[in-house]
Amino acid sequence: AGTSSAGSATQQLGSVLSPAFKAAVLIQQWYRRHVARLEMRRRCTWRIFQSIEYACEQDQIQLHNFFSYLMDQFTPRSSKERDFISRMFISGESYKEAELEKYCDYESIEVPDSYTGPHLSFPLLPDHATALLEAFQQKQQLHARYVLNLLHETRKHLKQLPNISHVSTCYSEEVTVCGDLHGQLDDLFLIFYKNGLPSPSKSYVFNGDFVDRGKQSLEILVILFTFLLIYPKEVHLNRGNHEDHMVNLRYGFTKEVMQKYKVHGKKILKMFQNVFCWLPLATLIDQKVLIIHGGISDTTDLDMLEKIQRDKFVSVLRLKKRKESSRKPEIQAINGERESGTDAAGNEAALRLSLQPQSAQAPSTANRLEFSRWLRQTVQEQIDTCRRLVDISESEPEELTYSSMVSLKDVNEPCWTRQEEWKQILDVLWSDPMPQEGCRENKVRGGGCYFGPDVTEKFLEKHRLQFLIRSHECKQEGYEFCHNRKVLTIFSASNYYEIGSNRGAYVKLGPDLIPHFVQYQANKTAHMLTMTQRQGFPVALISRVEESAFRALREKLFAHTSALISAFKAYDADNTGRITLSNWATAVESVLRLGLPWRMLRPQLVRSTEDGMLEYKSWLDDLAMEQRSQEHIQSSLLEVIYRNRSNLETIFRIIDRDHSGLISFEEFQQTWKLFSSHMNIELTDDGINDLVRSIDFNKDGNIDFNEFLEAFRLIKLPV
Amino acid sequence: LVAEIEKKITEAFDVFDRESNKTVDVRFVNRFTKILQNLNRDKQLSKLISALQEEPGGFVHLEKFLPVMKKVLLDRRFRPIREDVILHAFQALDENKCGYITKEDLVKHLTEE
Repeated sequence: AGTSSAGSATQQLGSVLSPAFKAAVLIQQWYRRHVARLEMRRRCTWRIFQSIEYACEQDQIQLHNFFSYLMDQFTPRSSKERDFISRMFISGESYKEAELEKYCDYESIEVPDSYTGPHLSFPLLPDHATALLEAFQQKQQLHARYVLNLLHETRKHLKQLPNISHVSTCYSEEVTVCGDLHGQLDDLFLIFYKNGLPSPSKSYVFNGDFVDRGKQSLEILVILFTFLLIYPKEVHLNRGNHEDHMVNLRYGFTKEVMQKYKVHGKKILKMFQNVFCWLPLATLIDQKVLIIHGGISDTTDLDMLEKIQRDKFVSVLRLKKRKESSRKPEIQAINGERESGTDAAGNEAALRLSLQPQSAQAPSTANRLEFSRWLRQTVQEQIDTCRRLVDISESEPEELTYSSMVSLKDVNEPCWTRQEEWKQILDVLWSDPMPQEGCRENKVRGGGCYFGPDVTEKFLEKHRLQFLIRSHECKQEGYEFCHNRKVLTIFSASNYYEIGSNRGAYVKLGPDLIPHFVQYQANKTAHMLTMTQRQGFPVALISRVEESAFRALREKLFAHTSALISAFKAYDADNTGRITLSNWATAVESVLRLGLPWRMLRPQLVRSTEDGMLEYKSWLDDLAMEQRSQEHIQSSLLEVIYRNRSNLETIFRIIDRDHSGLISFEEFQQTWKLFSSHMNIELTDDGINDLVRSIDFNKDGNIDFNEFLEAFRLIKLPV
Repeated sequence: LVAEIEKKITEAFDVFDRESNKTVDVRFVNRFTKILQNLNRDKQLSKLISALQEEPGGFVHLEKFLPVMKKVLLDRRFRPIREDVILHAFQALDENKCGYITKEDLVKHLTEE
């Protein structure tokens, strides 16, 4: 308190004060600036990670839009092509109970004597849980037979549970609520270590997103399911948006399972798919606190949520379509030729409503137009059949299949109720709170809503609740309040973006329902380095996290080279090859759209300038040099690969139905061709051949796409 | 140049603007303006900065923040403290020439009259 007044006193008594005093003040000022600067850097880094993460999620939605576009526009030239496309939509098929038991049968799997891991027998006992914890700590793996057995039992158990679990604090004094874990087993161990294992006197609620991104999603699920079965009254699991096989294809869970279980992985994945859809959607504590993974919307209705058949929604990510206001089916058919990808983004392609299916008899091929029209219809029917398989799990075939995201006016689609149900689940799993009032579509993630404090208030009042607990968003401190402390975000995956990026936390609620938080950080090194709690991280740690963020950012920039050049050229009318730094910032934002403070980040991204001007071509070349682990591949192709790596991976995994990691060369080609039409790039057959040959991924005519993708990981810029 | 500075200030402001509504918590403003207040001799600027800190409701709007910061940056009053100056300051406090000073030393010097 004395310091600031001493500060202004300096001015007045300058000459009178001792040099020692002045020196001390100077040091203090320098230090304060230093801390402020660190804080700024930390925040910028956070922004970078977050905006890239959300942009990736948006990518996924665009990918799905691409599939829709595909369905609308692509005229397969052969039955092979048609099979190829329809396979993309069969990935979500669900089995009836008996089929599932048969297909994912575990009893025939023998456990060899050489197996040294834990053995499970049912019903499970606390000893089994302890054995599993120990085994996983020693990096052992649970035998596939036990995994499948566990999943079958879990599914049986979950089926009995209602959509909304009810917990009461009068039985166990406290309830511990944990947020996203994302495959980070160390965090789960830390939670159990600090808080104790689940038991009759220790209740837990795990709020979804157990899998993806981290490398031990499987272990986490095994542990959680085990505790769920041993202590069914005390352990509660909510479904998160990542408990969804379509999301898993992209974010790592599918890959993890296949790598760990080469023989039985596919069965295991199938079981998981059928377990995820049975996870409850919400948990209610004392009828006063609602716990859901994402959030709410202005249409969220607990009564409806309770009554939905939640298992119908194996994946909440649906293929979206937009309905065209004017119908022009005739013109498309008559056109005959395959539609070119002129709707460049593809995403805005309006649905061309299919003609009424006519007789299945193929007209003579002499009449080309007729033939092509027939072909389109047949394909359409084929696709419709596939869609039906995707959507229905155990219900009657009459029940409707495909719900459109938008138009409710279309009376031909008798899926009104289905649509509403789907939206309820989507909102609860994908929404985020926002500070502004109102409720709007969550375009950043592509699913769910942004809901404001007024929506929260209304909802709480309507259902007589005190507050909401949700997860879904990474928070610096592991938790955060918003909406006037009516919404609590709890996030339990520490070091989520990078070592040192954030803490994880869990919250405990007693009968008074007052939240008590416990924070932690799972990495020993990070913990040692994080000395000053209040002021954030010391420089060494910030530098490390920063480095990681900037690397990701540079990759993004490289991936948009072509677009950036165009943008820069717009500011360089005289073609000097240089632009002002100010225009650089504006141009970069217009291309990347990440909402980042480019002027603040510039010193890290732009090394050399002349009189405040940047030679953009050479700057981009420098970026390319960093990325080019494959020197002989053409730069523009490299750019495409980088920009679409996640999408490519997702598509590969969908195509790779037996999850072997290999796809045929032909399928590889097909994928690229589809991309060409979507991305408007010229990619010849030769170009593709060269690509594969030069990297030599060929394994008897099959391509190991894991290797392919690995080859395009960033290499670290040599210092 | 002025426009560029404005953009810079706005960018920095946005980084701290958690609610995306062009306001920041006054506590953040305090942290940064404390540094400025100690160094400035401009009464007018001083008044502006105090006004910022006393914003009712605890939030500072970009509209108020921008002109103050613009003046600060344009006047170039707050150059970084040069390394040799800081070193000199440390040495002045290090009476025994042992190469370090303790927290207590620093506190003592700061609070003594």
